[in-house]
Amino acid sequence: MSFSAILGAWIAAFLTLGIFSYLYRDNPFYKIAEHVFVGVSAAYVAAISFWTQIYPNLFGRLFPKDGPLAFTGLEFDFNHEFNILYLFPLILGLMMLISVFQQFSWMARWGIAYTVAIAAGLKAFGYLNSNVLNQVKASSVDLFSGSLPFFSLGGDSVFNNIVLVVGTLSALMYFYFSKEQTGNFGRFTRLGIYFLMVSFGASFGFAVMGRISLLVGRFNDLIDYSSADYNYATLGVLLFIIVTLGIWSFQNPEQKEN
Amino acid sequence: MNNKFTVYALGIVGIVLLTLALSVMPDSLNFFREDKSAMFVFTLIVIMVMLYEVKLAKNSSEPIFLRTIPGLKAVEEAVGRSTEMGRPILYVPGIMDMNEVETVAGVVVLGHVANMTAQYETELDVPVARAIVMQSARQVTKEAYLTQGRPEMFNEDMVHYITDDQFAYAAAVNGIMQRDEPAACLYMGKFFAESLLFAETGNSIGAIQIAGTGSQTQIPFFVTACDYTLMGEEFFAASAYLSKQPELIAGITAQDIIKIILVGFIFLLIVSRAFFDLGVTEFNLVTWLGL
Repeated sequence: MSFSAILGAWIAAFLTLGIFSYLYRDNPFYKIAEHVFVGVSAAYVAAISFWTQIYPNLFGRLFPKDGPLAFTGLEFDFNHEFNILYLFPLILGLMMLISVFQQFSWMARWGIAYTVAIAAGLKAFGYLNSNVLNQVKASSVDLFSGSLPFFSLGGDSVFNNIVLVVGTLSALMYFYFSKEQTGNFGRFTRLGIYFLMVSFGASFGFAVMGRISLLVGRFNDLIDYSSADYNYATLGVLLFIIVTLGIWSFQNPEQKEN
Repeated sequence: MNNKFTVYALGIVGIVLLTLALSVMPDSLNFFREDKSAMFVFTLIVIMVMLYEVKLAKNSSEPIFLRTIPGLKAVEEAVGRSTEMGRPILYVPGIMDMNEVETVAGVVVLGHVANMTAQYETELDVPVARAIVMQSARQVTKEAYLTQGRPEMFNEDMVHYITDDQFAYAAAVNGIMQRDEPAACLYMGKFFAESLLFAETGNSIGAIQIAGTGSQTQIPFFVTACDYTLMGEEFFAASAYLSKQPELIAGITAQDIIKIILVGFIFLLIVSRAFFDLGVTEFNLVTWLGL
């Protein structure tokens, strides 16, 4: 095993166990892991955004090789054609940057307005199509053809289709705000909230299973790192963290009480 | 009221006739796509209802009735609780950018919360995960403090960027919760897997927690761990509720009318399909509309 792999395993074990130490309470190991994580990720995102987006997609299109702006001495060859429209994102980006100066803080609004307006326009169609029309279509279920059994646990059935229609309508009516939820209407919307809660419960269980698999993944790594190949990285770090936390706890009785 | 529904009925008939007229135009003109007719009709109906409801709200002197949403009342309670305890309010506007409707709604609600914190002189902390959200949240917060006549209380660092990375952001926000111990934690925006991390930590420090999101997969976590949850459209309606402006509230009543239209449409499709399946008619509305 190379030295860099062993060092990487020790760092990974330290950061993983540092984050897990939060289960005890906020402590220096968690703070170290948190700040390293935040700092590294912020820098990483900045670097990735520049080198994979701004550099090839913006500069590559505004200053292509042999493009009309080649006289400036700036040429970026990413096989893109010159596109003057890319001046707008450049200007909006610069306006966002300039807004760090107090007197130009208003400039940021242009970029924000552009982002929100474009997103609203683009997504309106998608939402109407997928969240409304497709849902309406899915609600026009087969109830009377006679081709479906009345009840089936595993597939389509008339009963399941009735549940689907009633669930859709009652949940939709739960979000009706112009009328107080009392009387028969209130009972119907209460049925809607039961349907919603059942679906949330199923979603919750599904997501928890996903989280458990993530946890198993981390434990697998920690188990790997506890082998002799990695100089017992997990065990060493775990022992170090437990001992240090123990000493730290005894030295900070006030924090312990909190 | 009857007059209103007559207008809508006539409007819908007019829109359908317009669509039929456009659909008979020759294909060579390439002017109208018939396969998108249902979308065209529905979009025009939405626009018509929205505009007419806003017009009615502007001209009406009577307040528009909206049922109470407990989670929204709790926002003011949360600010009051923080003020009494002398502890800050943590406001998390989600982890996505301003191109997500939930983030926009979250920033709008932030403006109302900032109005209250300016009024009550309560400390507000808004960690954000996106640069454009940071700028928007700063603008909104600053405006709220100016509106309340407390510009000296506004500090740009109230809204501070952490990182774009989802779990690094979650780790940092959890750290802030542990160290600053806010009395109230508000999560309003688009969330993913970090939602339960926030809500569990907020729960462990004893903060009153109110969440609002349209992220269907995250609502269960907020429902489980928060004191109040604004689910889906309740969250989108929140800004109108809190603003108490008739024009914005009219948007909610317009959406209610659209829901009624949709319920009627679903019934129509079910009946149409039933007649088709039973062999009463050869005509299926779903197929005809190209849905």
